[in-house]
Amino acid sequence: MSNKEITGAEIFLESLKREKVDTIFAYPGGVVLKIFDVLYDQKDIRIILPRHEQGGVHMADGYARSTGKVGVALATSGPGATNTVTGLATAYMDSIPIVVFTGQVPTALIGNDAFQEADIVGITRPCTKYNFLVKDVKDLAQTIKEAFYIAASGRPGPVLIDLPRDVVTTKAEFIWPEKVDIRSYKPSVTGNKRQIMQAAAAIAKAKKPVAYIGGGVISSNAAEQIREFAELTRIPVTHTLMGIGGFPGTHPLSLGMLGMHGTYYANMAIHHSDLIVAIGARFDDRVTGKVEGFAPEAKIIHIDVDPTSIRKNVRVDIPVVGDVKHVMVELNKELRAIKEPWDAIRKSWIKQIDAWREERPLTYEQSDEVIKPQFVIEKLYELTGGDAIIVTDVGQHQMWAAQFFKYDTPRNWLSSGGLGTMGYGLPAAIGAKVARPDKNVFSISGDGSIQMNIQEIATSIENNIPVKVIILNNRFLGMVRQWQELFYAERYSSVDLGSTPDFVKLAEAYGAIGLRAVKPADVEAVLKEGLKAKRTVFMDFVTARYEKVFPMVPAGASINEMIFGEEKKKEEKKLKAVK
Amino acid sequence: MKHIISALVENKFGVLSRVSGLFSGRGFNIETISIGPTLDPTVSQMTIVTTGDERILEQILKQLNKLIDVIKVTDFADKEFVEREMCLIKINTPVEHRSEALRIADIFRARVVDSTQKSYTFQVTGDEKKIEAFIELLKPMGIKEVVRTGKIAITRD
Ligand SMILES: Cc1ncc(C[n+]2csc(CCOP(=O)(O)OP(=O)(O)O)c2C)c(N)n1
Repeated sequence: MSNKEITGAEIFLESLKREKVDTIFAYPGGVVLKIFDVLYDQKDIRIILPRHEQGGVHMADGYARSTGKVGVALATSGPGATNTVTGLATAYMDSIPIVVFTGQVPTALIGNDAFQEADIVGITRPCTKYNFLVKDVKDLAQTIKEAFYIAASGRPGPVLIDLPRDVVTTKAEFIWPEKVDIRSYKPSVTGNKRQIMQAAAAIAKAKKPVAYIGGGVISSNAAEQIREFAELTRIPVTHTLMGIGGFPGTHPLSLGMLGMHGTYYANMAIHHSDLIVAIGARFDDRVTGKVEGFAPEAKIIHIDVDPTSIRKNVRVDIPVVGDVKHVMVELNKELRAIKEPWDAIRKSWIKQIDAWREERPLTYEQSDEVIKPQFVIEKLYELTGGDAIIVTDVGQHQMWAAQFFKYDTPRNWLSSGGLGTMGYGLPAAIGAKVARPDKNVFSISGDGSIQMNIQEIATSIENNIPVKVIILNNRFLGMVRQWQELFYAERYSSVDLGSTPDFVKLAEAYGAIGLRAVKPADVEAVLKEGLKAKRTVFMDFVTARYEKVFPMVPAGASINEMIFGEEKKKEEKKLKAVK
Repeated sequence: MKHIISALVENKFGVLSRVSGLFSGRGFNIETISIGPTLDPTVSQMTIVTTGDERILEQILKQLNKLIDVIKVTDFADKEFVEREMCLIKINTPVEHRSEALRIADIFRARVVDSTQKSYTFQVTGDEKKIEAFIELLKPMGIKEVVRTGKIAITRD
């Protein structure tokens, strides 16, 4: 043989370089020592050591969401591998392309309950798009090529590759496959022409149409086509939590978010519509509310790359299976040919929507004494002019960040929508900052969520990846408390985070900057200082404890059955008067 | 409603678990499942019998198609096909029952594949109805064990 042979670890590195990987989030351990030894000498790929493997996977996820490129993480076998599971499930639910490598005990020991053995391929089968156990070093390069292809194509998702120790230490010739062809995996890209024509005709005929966009618009980079579509046909656009940034939030045709904590006007528009154009969205229960009561008069066009999303939860009249961007380009072509007097035919519908908009705008009650969490978000928007990457954790703060900041461009909003993973925020923000160092990256968090991966401050300090953490500190697991208040007779079981740490001191202990605001008057100054900071900064906003997220569609209700803050207050007043 | 679905899958380790995981994870039913090689050694054939309404069946077909190791899915619902199942049945046969048992077996074209002083083991092939009928008739004699392969099916030309 003429070609020289190299170890599996070197093949791993070569393959990552061929995939143009510039960063990996990697945590070492026994069976991956050989890989780390190879990584030690090279300069092409930045190696970032997280402080927990879950953090590492969320970083890869944040890297992927903020760029559209595949994020990469590496962990050792056993506990290292099992620590990646939440990160994988988070990426899986939101269709995020990442490739996670795990070490495994030597092939001869697999199944023997060897030290630090875990059947990670078995464990992660239901929370990855695909996974591999590499048994022969000769298959390694091919496997890596396929993994990146599977992660990024079709409906994207996480892929795991399990690498037994002997596979990375054994030598083989490095042969990089230039092409992948998997006979059993051929995602459809272009939509069916006839269905697209039908969709165009239905859009032209509709009197009260709404476009409902989801994460598929972001992952297929179709924001431009959505805008063209909306402006051409004068169709109002609502988005899911995952679709934020798929259509400019400041656009007059934007209805904001729909669903459980969506705007009144988005939910009313959907409820009264005669046509819903669902684009890269999957009719999640947080969006539809009670399915039987969802958009009773509407025809539904559903454009999605994943055929299993279509007719999974709701009836669909015109399905179009294909990549959102491809389909939208075609659909826009059809629509331009139709030459409707779009302005005229939409006039009364848009007037109706504007009336709903005026009737109940997104709002909250301002206070001079306590910091309202919504006020912090509004101020942040004002001070950044919307030019920032916003990453969130999960809870009330997440909803306020979705409601009160406006996102005009895709990939500047990163949030765990499907799985709702507390602890996602800080590590994902670090991943985003690594990928886009020119942007200010904010992690908006609650005092509960931030404590789930707080160790990653160390990663940000050590690797000089400055992120700006905003803690909306209500000393509660606020979202859970909100449900207990509204639906569990105010029985506040296990939601009081009484001894929340001093986040300012905590940040300082890690070498970060700690700032605190306790009065509304402090908010602007703290944000400004945080914005200026060159190091990682924690901004602890001591907020109104009992604030709730409104509007709200209670679980099991239809989306037109929203409850609002004031009503509750009026009831309270009435009650007090009676007493 | 019962449905027969067949799937050509990559003959790789873990494939069965991906398919069964899909059914259990999404709350779909598997009534029977059988797997065997095909002429191409890299491909296996799965036949799955499942129950559910039309919407569930549509999801099952789409989800199966989506699995990366699944090459082709066939739904037999709108096709002409032949289905067969094989069954091994061991029954108690005290002397007074032996000839009766053989007579019943003969009617169903079942074969004796093992016999001892106290028992017979029959092999019977057919569609579900035939197998169930055979088992029913043998029940009074005391069935010791029944082992069924699950259905396999093939389209008619
Ligand atoms: C890992 C994880 N555990 C539990 C939950 C359930 N949960 C959803 S929101 C929430 C409270 C979050 O509290 P906090 O981070 O303080 O945010 P707040 O709602 O107060 O803004 C909890 C416990 C979750 N989403 N994720």
